Amino acid sequence: MNPVATENDATRTVPIRIELPGHLRTLADIAGPIVLAVPEPVTLGAVLDVIEARYPMLRGTMRDHRRGPRRPYIRFFGGEQDLSFHDYDAALPPAVAAGAAPLLIVGSISGG
Amino acid sequence: MDTTLCQIAMDSARDLWCAEIRSHIIAARQPGECAMSSVRVLVGTRKGAFILTSDGARRDWKIEGPLFTGWEIYHVAASPADPDRLWASQSRGWFGQQVQRSDDGGTSWQPVDNEFAYAGDPGDHLWYDGTPRPWAFTRIWHFEPSLTDPDTVWAGAEDAALFRSTDAGASWTEFPGLRDVRGSEWMPGAGGLGLHTIVLDPTDDQRMFAAISAAGVLRSDDGAATWKAANKGLRSGFLPDQDTEIGHCVHRIAMHPSRPSTLFMQKHWDVMRTDDAGDSWYEISGDLPTDFGFVVGVHTHEPETIYVVPITSDEDHVPPEGKLRVYRSRTGGGEWEPLTSGLPQEHCYVNVLRDAMAIDSLDECGIYFGTTGGQVYVSPDAGDTWQAVVRDLPSVLSVEVQTLP
Repeated sequence: MNPVATENDATRTVPIRIELPGHLRTLADIAGPIVLAVPEPVTLGAVLDVIEARYPMLRGTMRDHRRGPRRPYIRFFGGEQDLSFHDYDAALPPAVAAGAAPLLIVGSISGG
Repeated sequence: MDTTLCQIAMDSARDLWCAEIRSHIIAARQPGECAMSSVRVLVGTRKGAFILTSDGARRDWKIEGPLFTGWEIYHVAASPADPDRLWASQSRGWFGQQVQRSDDGGTSWQPVDNEFAYAGDPGDHLWYDGTPRPWAFTRIWHFEPSLTDPDTVWAGAEDAALFRSTDAGASWTEFPGLRDVRGSEWMPGAGGLGLHTIVLDPTDDQRMFAAISAAGVLRSDDGAATWKAANKGLRSGFLPDQDTEIGHCVHRIAMHPSRPSTLFMQKHWDVMRTDDAGDSWYEISGDLPTDFGFVVGVHTHEPETIYVVPITSDEDHVPPEGKLRVYRSRTGGGEWEPLTSGLPQEHCYVNVLRDAMAIDSLDECGIYFGTTGGQVYVSPDAGDTWQAVVRDLPSVLSVEVQTLP
């Protein structure tokens, strides 16, 4: 997907595809995958910032409040990579950053 | 007038005064209403919340739910000042804490602020092995709505702390004075270092009690700014110093609103009572088959009638002899009677957790409790007979009841 210019073109955004775990979709009243405009440079932190701004009820569910650490049972995958241990400010894989591949936010397989 | 008579006279005057205050509170709950004709039971479970409703007979029930399916609902609480205002603590290990608010009696819900930030650096408390461990928020165990303001609610947290919202859940503020009571020495109970009970004095808006496993009872006389331990008289065999004021595993405390200086306690072991607002406690276990348990409740119209559910031991967490029995004392403790009619009297090995008993305020007051086996029982006649409202819910964590017009 091509970047989208904003009104003054000062901040270009990219439509990023995101898939959330079922419980977070329910919490945010989301039916399926979402696409959100994320300002460049598209980083993991920037995507999470946009998700939390659009869906405030998801604050604290994927990472601690105020850009805190990732919650222990949440993982981030994209572009066939495990991004869970990436810095928030590190660039995403090109396919994810271009909106061609989704960022997968996954609840780990555990529990009862 | 001798001292005893003087005390009785003072008690009577206070009872009348408190009853009048309580009637104002009840009046505030249902403006213009006198008769109360229905109940709404709010059930929190390991996998969602349920709402059970019935008319005043409490024989036929409508069961709604699950709400928030798959999430642990530690507590669902209702505002005494607005029966349509409900609060639910929704948490899950993967996704953390959510707070849900309903403004229409549970028909619809909306998530509100879920950031519970400790004030300043809370430092460390003790871990199970006695080593220091940084304070960390895990979940809200209990909501205690204000008696008068629907937008104000207190929240008890794990790791133990007290928060309050005065803006209908838009933000939460911690009251760190609680942790000043030797918080660095607090150690979690098996379920975590949870602040699980908050009791508000209906006659004094500056006085409140909080109970923490396993720190004990704390009391504030200045609106939660400062606190002191209120555990004198408690004895806990697992502690090296029997006179210590910190470290007791208090499971639950309960107050009758007309006797705000009298509290009843189900401790890890021992059922206890104070008549001086926690300055001193004495044991009222009496002839109970075991004095381990979690819940304690007070009859709505009889301040000296109390209820517990004895559990075999801290090692077993099942009812004695496979018999589920509620015990009632009509003497404020000491002498107890088993209540068994309608409850399973063989092969029953469920537990009743600390927040899982509630009592309505109908003329013939109803008693409710939920079990770890997913049953919710009701007695519409103050404990004489029981029936299961529902039998196969997820493990029940909490039960509250609203008495409605």
